[in-house]
Amino acid sequence: MRTLLTVFFKEVLDNIRDRRTLVSALLMGPIFGPVLFAFVINLSIDRALDDADSTMDLPVIGQEHAPNLMRFLRSRNINIVAGPEDIDGAAEAVKAGEHDVVLVIPANFGELLADTVPAKVELFSDEANSQGEKEARRARGALHAYNQQLATIRLSARGVNPMLLTPINVDAVDVSTPSGRSAMLLGMMSYFFIFALLMGGMYLAIDSTAGERERGSLEPLLSLPVTRDQLILGKIFAACVFMAASLMLSLISFYVVLKFMPLEQLGMTPNFDLGVVLAAFFLLLPFILLGAALMTLVASFTKSYKEAQTWLSAVLIAPTLPILVVSILTLRPQLEFMFVPSLSQHLILVDMVKNEPLNGLHIAISVCSTLFFGALLTWVCARLYRREGLLG
Amino acid sequence: MIRVDGIHKSFGKVHAVRGVSFAAPDGKITGLLGPNGAGKSTTLRVLYTVLKPDEGTASIDGADVVTDSLAARKNIGALPHGAGLYPHLTARENIAYYANLCGIDKSEVDDRVSGIITLLEIEEFADRRTKGFSQGQRTKVSLARALVHDPQNVILDEPTNGLDVMATRSLRRLILKLKDAGRCVLFSSHVMQEVAALCDDICIIANGQVAIDDSIDGIRERTGQSDLEEAFVCAIKMVGEE
Repeated sequence: MRTLLTVFFKEVLDNIRDRRTLVSALLMGPIFGPVLFAFVINLSIDRALDDADSTMDLPVIGQEHAPNLMRFLRSRNINIVAGPEDIDGAAEAVKAGEHDVVLVIPANFGELLADTVPAKVELFSDEANSQGEKEARRARGALHAYNQQLATIRLSARGVNPMLLTPINVDAVDVSTPSGRSAMLLGMMSYFFIFALLMGGMYLAIDSTAGERERGSLEPLLSLPVTRDQLILGKIFAACVFMAASLMLSLISFYVVLKFMPLEQLGMTPNFDLGVVLAAFFLLLPFILLGAALMTLVASFTKSYKEAQTWLSAVLIAPTLPILVVSILTLRPQLEFMFVPSLSQHLILVDMVKNEPLNGLHIAISVCSTLFFGALLTWVCARLYRREGLLG
Repeated sequence: MIRVDGIHKSFGKVHAVRGVSFAAPDGKITGLLGPNGAGKSTTLRVLYTVLKPDEGTASIDGADVVTDSLAARKNIGALPHGAGLYPHLTARENIAYYANLCGIDKSEVDDRVSGIITLLEIEEFADRRTKGFSQGQRTKVSLARALVHDPQNVILDEPTNGLDVMATRSLRRLILKLKDAGRCVLFSSHVMQEVAALCDDICIIANGQVAIDDSIDGIRERTGQSDLEEAFVCAIKMVGEE
């Protein structure tokens, strides 16, 4: 036990003094997630607000032919600006990305309207450009509304009930709760936690295997009167502590970031108070042993620090795979999923954030299975540490 | 007391050690001499238990290096070739880490570490982080940490490699001190003069086999060469011709 603690404290001290480890454990992981998250959320808030409230510039060719239409568009917060010279110019400008949309009104627009012949207007847009597509949709919507308005007036003038034009009235009802809507975006949160957690122990895992070997400190260490099991366990536990610290920091930084984010504007009220922060910490705690053992295991196969870094970057991605698959297929939490580490934590965390009742059995299975895999990998690590080939 | 009895070790197709046997008694300095790639390091690595021999046995104070490796390691202080330190720890912390791992009583660790620091005359840089230490400084700290638990058997793999004259001299003095204290010192080198200046017994290894295992005078006699370097070359050839 003393050996284990000696190794543990030495590794902690050694790595606290190593700026690279410290930066990756206590800064990179915990900061990277929330910053990226804040960025994405702000972007979607901007976009959501764009649609309804912001003024949109619409270049129009031949404004003078349709003064009423122009007035109608302005009333819908669409700012009419001068467009290119002619139709060819309009197509060119949209293609070149100078304008997202251009509306072209022909000279005979008024005449056609008066003759109750469908008056043709042209709307140029680039559907491959997502911003342009959005503006085009908005312009089309406005034109459609004007169309409806004119039709209603015409029918009324002829003594026909305009209701005849709307045999069906579709009313879409969104049943998601504000917390539920949060879960979609906040679903990526769980990956950030796992990422930060793994990042926290990455350099320690490399250092205690490939690093020791490259430095030449492994051989004298192995010639000491201690068992290799004690050495590797001490190293894995030190990695666990760094991972736990990194996880806690990233949870707290998320908590702080969410406080300052105008999520209500997106119709989201995530359930992420201090209680959930703590619950999430304990939920992810079993994953720490698994992560530390996995990273140490992978690093122990590599020949150099550089090679270990390359491989461990891949390990950082690995826990996303089950999360990704389930997100794409939009699968609901099932009992079988709880046996899969990272996926089970993700699903339970999403439920927590959605403020939905938690399934005790699911949590128990998640904890036990993750701990089991963690213990298994730790055992494999210890076995590998006894190999002669360890010295490379 | 170190005993090696007919050990073999192969790495893949390379048969690095082919039946090496010798003994290094207490209170004497035994030199393992041989050209590069002769199997010296492999033999020593078997002794400090990081490698297992394919055949044959070896023991440290009676403890077999394979079946009782923990007991064997208890009585060894090993300085592997190119041993590295922890750059973020000070020299003192590096030594204390080993002291703690060797199970020295907690209350004694500080005294023992200070003692070995004085013995090796490294006080000057003992409290500096070892990052950026010179080769000589690194070797001394590595040696200090190998000796901190006061082992009966000391195994040094090419300890003078990369050391300047002054450092080599102080290392020699230390090795002699260990001998006077009744320790068993086994060290490897590929420099004949160095071995001749220190050792009581010399075991010349070439091609993974023992060419000659004798005192310096005995080697001179058996090779018929009065010049040590010639004797060394002659001994190596004896193995090569077999």
